[in-house]
Amino acid sequence: MLNVVWLIPALPLAGFAIILVFGRRLGDPKAGYLATLMCGGAFVVAVGAFFDLLSKSADQRQHIVKVFAWVPVGSLKVDLAFLADPLSITMCLFVTGIGTLIHLYSIGYMHGDPRFSKFFLYLNLFAVSMLVLVLGENMLVTFLGWEGVGTCSYLLISFWHERESAATAGKKAFVTNRVGDWGFMLAMFFAFQATGTLSWVGVNSAAHTMAQTTATAIALFAFIGARGKSAQLPLYLWLPDAMEGPTPVSALIHAATMVTAGVFLMCRISPVLNVASSYAPTLIAIVGAATALFAATIAVAQNDMKRVLAYSTISQLGYMFLAVGSGAYTAAIFHMVTHAFFKALLFLGSGAVIHGMHNEQDMRRMGALRKVMPITAATFIVGWLAIAGVPPFAGFWSKDDILLAAYDKSPVLWAVGLVTALLTAYYMTRQVIMVFYGKARWHDHHEEQGAHGDFEPHESPAIMLLPLVVLAGLSIVGGAINLPFSHTTERLATWLEPVLGTHDSTTAKIPLAVIATAIALIGISASIMVYAKHKRAPIEPEVLAQGWYYDAAVSKFMGGPGREAFEGVAWYDANVIDGAVNGVGRLVRGTGQRIRTVQSGNVRNYAAAIGVGVVLLLAWFVVVRGNL
Amino acid sequence: MISFPILTMLVLVPTAGSILVAVFSNRRPEFVKLTALLTSVLTGGLSVWVLVAFDKANADFQFVTKHIWIKPWGISWHLGVDGISLFLVVLTGVIFPIVIAGTDPHHDTKRYLSWMLLLEAGLMGSFLSLDLFLFFVFFEIVLVPMYFLIAGWGYEGRVYAATKFFLFTMVGSAFMLVGIIATAFLAKGNGPLTFDLIELAKADFAASTGRWLFFAFAVAFAVKVPIFPLHTWLPDAHTQAPTGGSVILAGVMLKLGTYGLLRFGVFLFPEAARWSRSLWLTLGVIGIIYGAIAATMQKDLKRLVAYSSVAHLGFIVLGIFAMTSQSITGGVMQNINHGVSTGALFLLVGMIYERRHTRQISELKGLQKVAPIFAGVFMVVMLSSIGVPGLNGFVGEYLVLIGSFLTARWWAVVAASGVILAALYLLWAYQRVFHGEPDEANKDFGELKLREAAVMLPLLGVIVFTGLYPKPMLDRIEPSVKKLIEHVSEKTSYTDPQPVGVAP
Repeated sequence: MLNVVWLIPALPLAGFAIILVFGRRLGDPKAGYLATLMCGGAFVVAVGAFFDLLSKSADQRQHIVKVFAWVPVGSLKVDLAFLADPLSITMCLFVTGIGTLIHLYSIGYMHGDPRFSKFFLYLNLFAVSMLVLVLGENMLVTFLGWEGVGTCSYLLISFWHERESAATAGKKAFVTNRVGDWGFMLAMFFAFQATGTLSWVGVNSAAHTMAQTTATAIALFAFIGARGKSAQLPLYLWLPDAMEGPTPVSALIHAATMVTAGVFLMCRISPVLNVASSYAPTLIAIVGAATALFAATIAVAQNDMKRVLAYSTISQLGYMFLAVGSGAYTAAIFHMVTHAFFKALLFLGSGAVIHGMHNEQDMRRMGALRKVMPITAATFIVGWLAIAGVPPFAGFWSKDDILLAAYDKSPVLWAVGLVTALLTAYYMTRQVIMVFYGKARWHDHHEEQGAHGDFEPHESPAIMLLPLVVLAGLSIVGGAINLPFSHTTERLATWLEPVLGTHDSTTAKIPLAVIATAIALIGISASIMVYAKHKRAPIEPEVLAQGWYYDAAVSKFMGGPGREAFEGVAWYDANVIDGAVNGVGRLVRGTGQRIRTVQSGNVRNYAAAIGVGVVLLLAWFVVVRGNL
Repeated sequence: MISFPILTMLVLVPTAGSILVAVFSNRRPEFVKLTALLTSVLTGGLSVWVLVAFDKANADFQFVTKHIWIKPWGISWHLGVDGISLFLVVLTGVIFPIVIAGTDPHHDTKRYLSWMLLLEAGLMGSFLSLDLFLFFVFFEIVLVPMYFLIAGWGYEGRVYAATKFFLFTMVGSAFMLVGIIATAFLAKGNGPLTFDLIELAKADFAASTGRWLFFAFAVAFAVKVPIFPLHTWLPDAHTQAPTGGSVILAGVMLKLGTYGLLRFGVFLFPEAARWSRSLWLTLGVIGIIYGAIAATMQKDLKRLVAYSSVAHLGFIVLGIFAMTSQSITGGVMQNINHGVSTGALFLLVGMIYERRHTRQISELKGLQKVAPIFAGVFMVVMLSSIGVPGLNGFVGEYLVLIGSFLTARWWAVVAASGVILAALYLLWAYQRVFHGEPDEANKDFGELKLREAAVMLPLLGVIVFTGLYPKPMLDRIEPSVKKLIEHVSEKTSYTDPQPVGVAP
């Protein structure tokens, strides 16, 4: 299968092409099934490639498939080529696997939407881009996918573009991501200048001979790109707004796959990061830890079901960067995979809730939904336990890996990670209680919902529940891919070792794991005390609900001084530069009228005047300069 | 060498068409249109033939035709095409039939089409001339039809815009004429007088002389590009010109500036170009940022696209003067890509105007809901203009940036931020025009018509194909660019920089 690894993106591409031409004829639900089939086909190929790679010895697990020479100019030789190695195939497996489930779910979720086939058109294009991103043999092919996912994200966030907020959110996501893209481009330029190639293998193998400042520059500029895509401080702003898109999009793009591209990028250039100045990884770890904590505090006070999960995603991505900065790349990828399981599950679950609640997203109007949506509730609870870090659910193992690495890096970072874990357990418990337990508050708003007639939340159709059940299963057992008991149970770490190297820790694992578990349980209990037993009033200050006013401040700056500066430039152009031009014009005209030798305003005469001038200049050149 | 004078035909066919259309009777308008269309299609076919027959391994001028014209002055009808001009010729050949088929003037079709064909002849001649005097003649010929097209078939402020356009370019031309004549006389030495580009390029000028001469050429081309701060004729001309005029202006005519800088500026005066590079790099980068910021704040769609041209052409200027094989190849690519994308954008804005009789962004709303296919086409063209990889716009800009990074790192760093701004102004405009619920005035906005689709389809094809597979173009452009850089190396101490680890 390795020689046809190009099929992995090609299958969804074929789906895209077919839906582009025949989308309307296929319609609802055939277009959806076709798209799902293509994504599923990509998964099958990825599984095949995985086993092919596995059958080789560890140092041989690298296979490059060149499709054609893409941008060859002089010393710059870029092929459209794919690199199959343990890292890219791991990414492919979970991208196509979860992607297929979400495609399937979307058939139910988007049923009845007038733009049904267009949704799957975009979704398949997204799958193509994401797979090109992870399979890229060189930085430019990865960048092709990188921009492709950004574009699809834009198209899908503003999918319901009649809604002002959706259109604005899409634009915001694209432009903010472009700030990151600038960083990625510069990382490429530095790499090209230092190594003469853009291929990942070439750049990474040249890392040890690279000047340290160059390596640092590549790492830090790539990190700017990563911060844009993976919504880290200070570029995270677009992700909460991206929830304007349909919920399957939030699950696929803004939780499971695209937003992890930044983490993937940093792992891809890990050999370069390893030789960079030590402050580079430290900075990455600090930004990751700070983002994790920052976003978790905001999640505590959100009432929109999807926004809680959005901030939670930002927070969990922060963990992954904490791992990258601590040198534990495998832990980052491990958490990326488990997070993809449980966060996709949580988002799809929230989609089922929103679907069943007739597009209600405010958790204050929910409650007691476990009675009407038993399967959604049960799977959501699995997701909750996984993200909260309760053993033996998937999130526990991967988060524990990261905390261990953070402890090795610095106990302060570990402590920040621990506080974040506490908050995570707390806000997720809050969400579960508000949505599925307590009093059914949707009755209180019956009148407002009157337009719908008899309003009764309902369970989702089987096509939506199946993905939930599968993901719940993965969220329970997902940790098994990398258990810390011995070297043989650390399957993921062993598998990724040829690409990412090893991260050995001397710290005792068990005490840290016990502390982390205790912290998770404390967070859950505290939340139960507040939201279920009402022993204490909830602490949800406005400053947290408003996300520390950061978004508001940025918007205010952009709409205020930023806009004024832009308008200043436009004014300057219209009045100063063009004003000077018109001034000269008037002057010439005025002088002309006074002297009455030229009939002003007539182009022919201007031209004649110019002609005379030319002759004079010419004479000067030929006579004066010619004589010199 | 083919004996058939194909390049001469590229100039003569549209000229003949122009005359034919002009003498036709006004009573048979359908013949007029048909003749014009056939002429432009024939020219387009010839240009494609040149593309097919072009030998990509040969960096020299091909299909060369040379006939003595004015012997005592050493002026000849000397035409030739190389990798730098090849795609400009093809672009000219292809875009004219699209414009003639796709847009209609609101009155006096006959004269309009006659001017159009003369414009095509002038542009072809400019891109093919290898004689300075001949080039100047064509360069000036181009002005006249464009002036009349804007003044005769433009919008409300057309007279002001046409006059401004004419004066700006005439001032530039005056400098160039002086430069051309002085170059020929100063290079003469004891030999015969010649205006032949290839002969003149062999001459060695004293540094200060070369710099003066370069300056004379550069001013003319800087106006045409346009390079900041000589750009203010462009938004007016673009906005006021009829759709067809805007497409030609942006798609082909601006390229005379960047092409001229390469073909005449850098080629004839390498030392001066090297010496003044910081100035041009800076002006190029200012153009990128300044044009984008000004575009963001425009209220008129056409003005917005016009300012975006200032930004896009800034990349080409950056690429030319960074002078690496990647950056110049990228600049030549960008020349073509900008022509295709911006030409397509102007066509689309023209279609919006035909339906709504307004170009004001604030008067348009929610078009995507009522015309999804139209919106989809606009989206693809817009993404190409933003420079999303996989579409044509990216390839040129990226090559310019990565090439410039080798010799002009900090300029490239600033220029790269232009990609953020490009997304900002276009997406913001797109949101205001296409997103939202259409209001009363926009709810009957018509979907893309068959004829419009037929016009856009080839452009979309080029946008996608070039983005995914630019190699055929790069293979033809690069040898000539390399040759140009070698020429610069011979004349100065400059060499094309190689990244570390690459054998030179």
